[in-house]
Amino acid sequence: MKPIDQARNALAFLEDDTHEHAFDQLIWGLRERRDAAAREVPEWEQLRTLASEIKEHTLSNLARYLELFEARAKRNGVQVHWARDAHEHNQIVYDILSSHNVEWLVKSKSMLTEECDTRAFLGQRGIEVAETDLGERIQQLDDEPPSHIVGPAFQKTPQDVADLFHRVYGSDPNRPDPVYLAQVMREQTRPLILDAQAGMTGANFAVAETGAVVTVTNEGNADLSANVPKLLICSVGIEKVIPGVEQLAVFIRLLTRSATGERITQYTSHFAAPRMGGEMHIVLVDNGRSQRLADERFWPSLKCIRCGACMNTCPVYRRSGGLSYGSTYMGPIGIITMPSVDIHRHSELPYASTINGSCSNVCPVQINIHEQIYEWREVMGAKGEFSATKKAAMKVADKLLSNPRAYRVAAEAGGSALGVLPRFAIYNRLNAWGRRREIPSPAEETFHQWYARNRTGAAQPPETPAETTEAKAVDDERA
Amino acid sequence: MRVALMVPCYVDMFYPEAGVATLELLEKLGVEVDYPFDQTCCGQPMANSGAVKQARATEELFVRNFAAYEHVVAPSGSCVHHIRNKFTAAADTAERRHVSAHVWDLPEFLCDVLKVEAFPWAEFPHEVTLHVSCSAIRGLFEQSMSERPNDPWFSKPRSLLEKVKGVEIVDFDRPDECCGFGGTFAVTEEAVSAAMGNDKLERMGASGARYVVSADLSCLMHLQGCAHRNREEFQFLHLAEVLNGKVQ
Ligand code: SF4
Repeated sequence: MKPIDQARNALAFLEDDTHEHAFDQLIWGLRERRDAAAREVPEWEQLRTLASEIKEHTLSNLARYLELFEARAKRNGVQVHWARDAHEHNQIVYDILSSHNVEWLVKSKSMLTEECDTRAFLGQRGIEVAETDLGERIQQLDDEPPSHIVGPAFQKTPQDVADLFHRVYGSDPNRPDPVYLAQVMREQTRPLILDAQAGMTGANFAVAETGAVVTVTNEGNADLSANVPKLLICSVGIEKVIPGVEQLAVFIRLLTRSATGERITQYTSHFAAPRMGGEMHIVLVDNGRSQRLADERFWPSLKCIRCGACMNTCPVYRRSGGLSYGSTYMGPIGIITMPSVDIHRHSELPYASTINGSCSNVCPVQINIHEQIYEWREVMGAKGEFSATKKAAMKVADKLLSNPRAYRVAAEAGGSALGVLPRFAIYNRLNAWGRRREIPSPAEETFHQWYARNRTGAAQPPETPAETTEAKAVDDERA
Repeated sequence: MRVALMVPCYVDMFYPEAGVATLELLEKLGVEVDYPFDQTCCGQPMANSGAVKQARATEELFVRNFAAYEHVVAPSGSCVHHIRNKFTAAADTAERRHVSAHVWDLPEFLCDVLKVEAFPWAEFPHEVTLHVSCSAIRGLFEQSMSERPNDPWFSKPRSLLEKVKGVEIVDFDRPDECCGFGGTFAVTEEAVSAAMGNDKLERMGASGARYVVSADLSCLMHLQGCAHRNREEFQFLHLAEVLNGKVQ
């Protein structure tokens, strides 16, 4: 499969001015609210350090905490399953459902089930899944994946949703009013929940000490999905485990403030045991996580608590839209997560960043996101995941910039002063720099020439060395 | 004090006046400045693309050119960030470590090493916006960042610009959002890059100022490209030019 062309997908999003602008404003608003919420907590930076240390401690003792979690959950009457990968997870979920003759279930938001593509797996086997999170349901109705991990439908304007609901439910297309639209959705989804034969949720945290799965939501849909049907299945990534409720408090203080700037959400729910007369299952899923944990450079990405703050602050994400990444996780966290799932397919993602460092500094668990993006580029370089033009350009740059004489010739040979910068500039698409920008005009005299003239006497014109000829040959080849 | 001046490749070719201003400014401040003649580039364009192997010879050339000096000064935050924090393609020698530990972005050198109090020769009676690059903020910590709202506020480049007679620094929205240059990003993601640049200019323009000053010309080269394409009347200046007092 060809690598995902994030740049091209972003272009399509950008050309739609209304959406790009609305999206940037909406998402930047989240970042601003996050800043305000952080400002209210004087110990904010200490909290981040503490959260990071708790995660590092837990990940360093992952087996122990997972086993404790399993033991406590079992003691609570919960059935615990272990899944090595997405397929195993889906199969386990399917087996549980089919043994109860379930044909219809409700689910609250879970990035893990997106990762495993669980809905499609079950759908192919005759089990229908209805999403209950408003945003996720909108995306489901529009047959699109989430564009943001916290607000799956953030990319849609209220008018988009009004049009969609009109198409699907026959509601009034001329009322792009969020309150009205939420009401339409509530009326449509409540019966689904009441009739559902099973419920599924994800997890924000799995508390080892209590064996409880904790979800943090605003709509209460996780509670409905979990409590109304008699059968509950929670899908939990193994990195979600934390030692105890005391540690949970640290994350609860950070999570919603980082995500949306709210001090707390409406619902922080602990699911610890099956409801009376019911059954509760927890599926603990690895799906590449333990392999990433063993990777010296990239394991810190497992500290992620999925707050979305790195996406909200990312200027590239806000202007390309979440769907441009073509992957389960998008934005900065997507860039550092997805290549470990499939390196070739996600080999261009590390370049969808200016490595400006904002993401690492909003991250509530202090993941060095921008440094990992940089390191993923090195991995791409080392593994030869470079396009032919990028390879050629790098070779030319290497030869030219490591040879002072060749460099001088290129920099000072009249119009070809343009030769050095645009050599990087045009390496992947012809004159990519100049499509929306003017190319800087070369100065009549370089600094080097000025210095030679004013400070050391006569300039010494360099001779033409062999390297320049070679550089030119590569250029000609590309032209 | 004897220091080496590093003039980044794009400054050398496109903005020699910024190199000259840096040189003259340092000399006015009593520094003896050498310009190593064989310098080319710091290797960042390759390293930043992930091409570590191809950055090696250029980084090692840099080390050879600059290792003998007590300090290396460059009018470019992103190059200094690379040399100080990312110089891993070159062999790990004592010389390499010396260069990484003694390279300074111009504002740092003026604030932290020379501890300059005044630029009596400079006057710039204009409203200006100051752009501080991401490398300078989050790589070199020359200014506190909006992401950490509880940290005490400080800004090295701004404290320098404030010392120039007549300058009025005007603020604009989202001051430390990336301008969209990002090195090779400017071409691999040219559409997003230009959109970021145009957004930045729009916010700067709304402040009423028409001068954009920065210690990082790579950002300015990109912003200038966007502005000229849209026929906007901005003037772009390196901080050194204002501090040196030769621009009016
Ligand atoms: S990487 Fe950090 S900022 Fe991004 S979603 Fe995860 S926890 Fe939040």
